[in-house]
Amino acid sequence: MESSPDVAVVGAGVVGAAVALAAARRGLSVVVLDRGPVAGGTTGAGEGNLLVSDKEPGPELDLALLSLRLWAEVSDHVVSATGGGFEFEPKGGLVVSADTAALPALHDLAARQRATGVDAIEVRATDLRTHEPHLAPDLAGGVLYPQDSQVQPMLAAARMLQAARRLGARIRTREAVTGFLRSGDRVVGVRTASGDVAAGAVVNAAGTWSGEVAALAGIELPILPRRGVILVTQPLPPMIRHKVYAAEYVADVASDDAGLESSAVVEGTRAGTVLVGASRERVGFRREMPLPVVRRLAAQAVRLFPVLADVSLLRSYAGFRPYCPDHLPVVGADPRAPGLLHACGHEGAGVGLATGTGHLLAQVLAGVEPDLDLRPFRPERFAEVTV
Amino acid sequence: MSSFEFDGSPVPFAEGQTVGAALWAHGIRSWRTTRFAGSPRGLFCGIGVCFDCLVEIEGRPDRRACLEPAAENLDVRTQIGAGRADHQV
Amino acid sequence: MPTTRCDVAVVGAGPAGAAAAVTAARSGARVVLVDAEARPGGQYWRHGPGGGQPAEHVHQWRELNRRLEQALASGRLVHLSRSRVWRVDAAPAGPVRAQIVRSVRGGEEAATVEAGALVLAPGAHDRVLPFPGWDLPGVVTAGAAQALLKEHGVLAGSRAVVAGTGPFLLPVATALAEAGTRVVEVDEAGDGRGWARGWRAAAGSPRKIADGARYGALLARHRVPVHLRNAVVAAHGDDRLESVTVARLDDRWRPLPGTTREVTCDVAAVSYGFVARLELALHLGCATTPGPDGAPAVEVDAVGRTSVPGVLAAGEVTGIGGADLALVQGALAGTAAAAVAAGREPAPPHPAVAARRERMASFAAAMHRAHPVADGWTGWLTDDTVACRCEEVRVADVREAVTELGATDPRTVKLLTRAGMGWCQGRICGPAIAAITADATGRALDPYADLLGSAARPVAIPVPLGIVAVADATPSPPPVPDSGGSS
Repeated sequence: MESSPDVAVVGAGVVGAAVALAAARRGLSVVVLDRGPVAGGTTGAGEGNLLVSDKEPGPELDLALLSLRLWAEVSDHVVSATGGGFEFEPKGGLVVSADTAALPALHDLAARQRATGVDAIEVRATDLRTHEPHLAPDLAGGVLYPQDSQVQPMLAAARMLQAARRLGARIRTREAVTGFLRSGDRVVGVRTASGDVAAGAVVNAAGTWSGEVAALAGIELPILPRRGVILVTQPLPPMIRHKVYAAEYVADVASDDAGLESSAVVEGTRAGTVLVGASRERVGFRREMPLPVVRRLAAQAVRLFPVLADVSLLRSYAGFRPYCPDHLPVVGADPRAPGLLHACGHEGAGVGLATGTGHLLAQVLAGVEPDLDLRPFRPERFAEVTV
Repeated sequence: MSSFEFDGSPVPFAEGQTVGAALWAHGIRSWRTTRFAGSPRGLFCGIGVCFDCLVEIEGRPDRRACLEPAAENLDVRTQIGAGRADHQV
Repeated sequence: MPTTRCDVAVVGAGPAGAAAAVTAARSGARVVLVDAEARPGGQYWRHGPGGGQPAEHVHQWRELNRRLEQALASGRLVHLSRSRVWRVDAAPAGPVRAQIVRSVRGGEEAATVEAGALVLAPGAHDRVLPFPGWDLPGVVTAGAAQALLKEHGVLAGSRAVVAGTGPFLLPVATALAEAGTRVVEVDEAGDGRGWARGWRAAAGSPRKIADGARYGALLARHRVPVHLRNAVVAAHGDDRLESVTVARLDDRWRPLPGTTREVTCDVAAVSYGFVARLELALHLGCATTPGPDGAPAVEVDAVGRTSVPGVLAAGEVTGIGGADLALVQGALAGTAAAAVAAGREPAPPHPAVAARRERMASFAAAMHRAHPVADGWTGWLTDDTVACRCEEVRVADVREAVTELGATDPRTVKLLTRAGMGWCQGRICGPAIAAITADATGRALDPYADLLGSAARPVAIPVPLGIVAVADATPSPPPVPDSGGSS
């Protein structure tokens, strides 16, 4: 009989992997459980964005800046521990606007972001194509964010788990958590189809399905799916240097509208494909990719980069972005169920915020004062609002 | 007999032949190099499924040689990697 | 963008699709037949150089082609040649809409077909198992060698090895030999007992027996040896094929040490059966079932209806079964589709036709049982063997995804390695990646579940973003019938 681990992490996606690795690096013993394969849920349908550019100053941007610093460090650690990386690339983001009238708002956001430590450089219309030669010639202007970065999210999750395993963590995929072990109020482990797993603490990192996992502990966590569709092109030589997106994307990210929103997010990958996002629809757990959504994404990409009209679409995929009503993630211990912590609700930014989330939770688990104030992310905040 | 140009040299073809069939008949076995290893590739499935036979035709990369009809004086060129070298930034 | 409205849309103009189109038209439906090639016939009936008649089973073709021409002349059938369906949507209780990309001189154009009923007959392509060097130019699928010869009058090579498993190897080897290629040998990985069983099952199929006897006689005349339990396990050459290594196999298809031979050749034509083109059916949500070879196939009723209202299927996509079966299925599905489009319940098949279909289906099932792909073939792979040709993913990368990164299924392997993410979207490497993954995981391949997981492709074929971006237009009258030709 193996001794029970300090931490059981529910979810083998990028957030669960980051928590597992950060906890293991602090010397905690870890087991990771997932009902599916590694990176098979929310992460497997992600783009791998590490963005500061799309965030208003506030707690989420603070978490993004922390995460970005940590991604570089985690990448180095993973490469030295496993010999393999996950395509971490500080490629920079370029936010563009076709509409001169929208520029003041874009520049205003950039100014406020700069005040919190974000690198944001205004780019005049005439200079846009020195940064991105294939951009449409008639855009009004933009802002360059050199810190915006990218990873291959599935590889990032798998490599972080591999590195955690090197530190003794155990990964148990295809093992669904069906309930929690309790000792009085306290959560003392999880129940799976193959038996009970006692643990000092349990971290809920189940992505879009975190609300369901919380419910197993009798906890209400309002995490809902937003469907996002991504188009993937044929392989190309490097033609797009940055993550390029239309200014409207920022508005969509913060939107409460249930209908279809989409604004072009276009970027090259190391594999040579170009990814085109990002639609956002609140349609529950429905995976289909409606033709109008696909057409609109294609049209928006071609609007930004006319050269893409002749480039073939090879595939598309849909995924779910787990969002909370206030568009902030849930990170920290849940006072309603001592022993249960959450690392979820990151919406479309889960990859970008994963390392910071893992770091902060590992600090909590190790009894260290976290580097960021976790109160904005506290799990019980929704109950307070409704009271 | 009609012919098209492959990397500047004439390749004869019969009416109804594809570019790929004409190249093969002329003893040419590869007209693309892969993106990573630079390996030569030519026909493999022959019916438009595998995309191994990609070639540049009239300046357009990624044409499937096994499907493209041969035509008089067509300009056919070896495709290096993903092609589009002029678009690389 | 032009939208064509019709009663029945048929995807694929091989035996199943062509038969469906003519019977639907004869039943009074307005039919649009969408096909990738310039001329109907599919992979089975290939037109000779210069547009001549297909040579294989030419009487069958003449009869079907005559009926196609009649239907075209009557105006009830429109043939959209050099056209591919990249997506199809079926609204509940609404029409089926197929989005099409059409090759025209110098580029592509978009088109839409809106139909009351859809018959999917997209056919299949060769399954090839990788071996070291299989990416050398000169290693081709048996189907490619056949297409080069039949369609273009081009010999795939002067010295050929034909290898793999299944009844398709014989017509390819004999056709090459008859055309003047020196066929050095045929390597059948199966054990021959399968052949005996297969041909016995053909007792109700006299033409199959006649075919088999003819191929045997031709191979004997050209002194082509058929080696059972042998396989090409490596290919060699600098920038083109110069030789292959052939090894004897044990009963699980593991290469036996000390049995290898070097065979000089400039072409190796390889086929290990066929893979059905399932993507449109899967996108529509059609229920699947294990086909006669165990791989996923579209589930259909007696007249070809799938689980999705308004969508029918015929031919290889319902289970690899060959042209004779496809013709019967296509005719049944065409008649039924015309009824479905008219809002009528299709009549059950005539008992004699149903019996004929059953007989052919059991023959196909027997042939598959006779030519199972055993899983020991992964034993001839090396770490450096290219597993995914498009993305140049090596066997070692696939194995590492399992052993180091925790993947246990083909989809996760794909996400972690890019195997199957390139131009062909895993059509070529899919079955092999599934087998290598199963092998590295230490479990047996599940030919149904493992292949189904990697068969879904929401974009059915690559299509330019500029075509995708075009919005649907209001329907217009059918275009002038197009009998094909290079456009």
